[in-house]
Amino acid sequence: MREPSTDGQLAGGPQVSAGGADAPPTTAGTAKPPAAVAGLPKDLAANPILSRWFRVDDDGMITVRVGKVELGQGIITALAQIAADELGVGLAAVRMLPAGPDGPDEGLTAGSLSITDSGPAVRMAAANVRALFLRAAGGDPQFRYADLARSVDLDVPADPGVPMRTSDALVGTAVPRLDLPDKVYGRPRYIQDMRLPGQLFGRVVRPPSPGAQLVSVEIETDLTVVRDGSFLGVVGEDEATVVRTAERLRRAARWAEYDSLPDENALEKFLRDGPHEIIGVVDDGAEPPAGAQRLSATYSRPFLAHASIAPSCGVAVWRAADRVEVWSHSQGVYPLSRAIAAALGLDPQRVRVEHAESAGCYGHNAADDAAFDAVLLARAVPGRPVQVLWTRQDELSWAPFASAMTADVSATLDARGRLSSWTYDVFSQGHTARPGYAGVPGLLAATTLADAAIYPAAVDPPAAAGYGSTRNALPGYDLPRRRVTGHRVLETPIRTSAMRALGAYLNVFAIESFMDEAAERAGRDPLDFRLDHLGDDRGRRVLRTAAEAAGWGTPLPDGIGRGLGYARYKGRGGYCAVVAEVAAETDIAVRRLTVAVDVGKVVNPDGVVNQMQGGAVQSASWTLRERVRFDRRRVTSVDWERYPILRFSEVPAVDVTIVDSDEEQSLGAGEAAQGPTAAAIANAVAAAVGVRVRDLPLTTEAVVAAIERDG
Amino acid sequence: MIRFTVNGTPREVDADPDTPLLYVLRNDLGLQGARFGCGIGLCGACFVHVDGVSVPSCDTPIWSLAGKSVVTVEGITPHPVQQAFLERQAAQCGYCVTGIVMTAAALLDREPHPTPATVTAALDRHLCRCGAQQRMVEAIVEAGEHHA
Repeated sequence: MREPSTDGQLAGGPQVSAGGADAPPTTAGTAKPPAAVAGLPKDLAANPILSRWFRVDDDGMITVRVGKVELGQGIITALAQIAADELGVGLAAVRMLPAGPDGPDEGLTAGSLSITDSGPAVRMAAANVRALFLRAAGGDPQFRYADLARSVDLDVPADPGVPMRTSDALVGTAVPRLDLPDKVYGRPRYIQDMRLPGQLFGRVVRPPSPGAQLVSVEIETDLTVVRDGSFLGVVGEDEATVVRTAERLRRAARWAEYDSLPDENALEKFLRDGPHEIIGVVDDGAEPPAGAQRLSATYSRPFLAHASIAPSCGVAVWRAADRVEVWSHSQGVYPLSRAIAAALGLDPQRVRVEHAESAGCYGHNAADDAAFDAVLLARAVPGRPVQVLWTRQDELSWAPFASAMTADVSATLDARGRLSSWTYDVFSQGHTARPGYAGVPGLLAATTLADAAIYPAAVDPPAAAGYGSTRNALPGYDLPRRRVTGHRVLETPIRTSAMRALGAYLNVFAIESFMDEAAERAGRDPLDFRLDHLGDDRGRRVLRTAAEAAGWGTPLPDGIGRGLGYARYKGRGGYCAVVAEVAAETDIAVRRLTVAVDVGKVVNPDGVVNQMQGGAVQSASWTLRERVRFDRRRVTSVDWERYPILRFSEVPAVDVTIVDSDEEQSLGAGEAAQGPTAAAIANAVAAAVGVRVRDLPLTTEAVVAAIERDG
Repeated sequence: MIRFTVNGTPREVDADPDTPLLYVLRNDLGLQGARFGCGIGLCGACFVHVDGVSVPSCDTPIWSLAGKSVVTVEGITPHPVQQAFLERQAAQCGYCVTGIVMTAAALLDREPHPTPATVTAALDRHLCRCGAQQRMVEAIVEAGEHHA
């Protein structure tokens, strides 16, 4: 049976769904909300005091602190729109501060839940602030925030009974991103640009392979070298000198290394061998009907890397022997502070973590690890801030990967060409090893210290948070006799964690590829076959919208294929359908992706389009190019030549249609497109060249291999 | 002591001659618009102009710059390409953008009205992980259309 997972944080809230006796330690500010706050949105219930969210200054400037963080997705702008509308002010009167220890704890920024969870909290908190000012103004709706800033006390809990404004001025409009001017003009904005007074630079020399142990290292240097077990780093005044010294250390270090990695050409076997945790998603308890037409297929993807353009970075300064301040591009500053405290035996209140922006974040990357590196190096130089920047090589080999996965699908077709049973088994490592997972800190460097931490394999978020390995393993179609089962690998030398869409990418790729294979067997058009099995009207609408926009059914020249992919993310998030148009000549080229999406209430339409375009392009890159490479000892795909991602000349055009929705809730856009895009591309390749590639990446070699297999 | 100009200002840099230009820009001269991405010239985040050519500053040693002219993104801001990027919201995280702006600006200097295919070819040394390429190409073509 399924073991309790502690990664309830993925649901977005710090406490609400975190379960298990071994949940990470919590701070007083995040304790279970008292009954008096019933009726508040989840994140506001967890942080009901208004002053944690809002401050109003004498000049009328309203400072907003949210617990969600800017990852390049535009969340800060969208939440500013919501806050300004509810306060009844323009965007210029609102200043957004990064998440930090004085603001609300909203857990992680993950799971495409930021607008869903934070939006209602910000809105209700803002409504409360406005109501307090209105009361202080004696009910005069023309009041000015500046005039009353000193007379209104925001150190009070939010009242769920405060009425909300009913008209939106900014919400629903394409407000330009607040953070982009700094980034486009090249002003200091990223954590990598931080230069605090007295700041030093640090670099860590990571082991050459998983499990390697430092035997000896000796160099002559004036810089501060930090060694603790197999953790090796250097700190100094001049960054270029620190980089050179780290390289000298790397060359001088002698390591004991081991062959611990699986055969990268037999990953399916590795994933199937186990041991496993069995995750029962659904079992209708009925066997496939006897005598029906049966079909089955197996699909897979390799390990994938986050591969952000910036290497991870952390900044830390020890203010006292038991007090450290940290800056990190973590997805969760509160969980990170608790993990650092747990790893070092500190009071979590004495570990202050503030968010600072970095390049794009697509899941649990090395941000938290880099922060802990900075904490460890800064401990050697008390009072001096230390900035640690990872190397590109370490980023591509030591940050958590997205797990390799493989899935078996089998089904039966009845005489009318309808699916009459469905069996699905997916094999995968877990999809979260975030700070605090499984009751351990989860910070990389802790595993290399003399007193080395040993971490269990990654776990999966629980059903309430949308699962991990089995996310979207249950098709959204109306199917009888279903049995859907996950098999999570419990022992592995490869560190995996959350990357955009988690298991949904492979699961949707497998399900939607199989739907095309079944449609072909049934002699049905892939669009019609899906509609035959889909009662959900919103799903039907996005499918039809994408198909129509892409000219589904119109003739194409030889060598060009069209394919379809569809899913509702997590079964309860955004609906997305994608049509891919692929040219299969000497190489597989995706020429166009036509996307239709229903994400519920849209706060910023251009933000949704941008997220959908980006999600589709990134998925095309995973699908066509990407694969973490390793031998039995070391990860070898450590630069952009050995871990290629799609280039400008290879990127498809992406057209996005937002399908209107009456729904009041926002469903999230960041992860809706990945699975459908992968399936659409594979189905288009099958349409173009007549062979089915079931193992990603979908390279020219994979197509040739599939032709030989079928030949 | 190595002498070169940065954004038109003569500079004398007293550092190890093998020091990559990027560190001198970001730490000694306070010009942080060029970003570190890979350190070996493969991603494009750190591109600057050296004598009008867009090159990676992360693997350009300062000894190679004696007598040359370096222009960073700060030296061309505000540029029509930047305005077009903001108008089109042609970015997600933005980390790759300044390098791309530099290569696009050099392209527009050579070829004021490029086609989408020309822009795409010019940017093929640049990586964008967020998937904003389409908007960027459109923005650069648009900047070219409005170019005098």
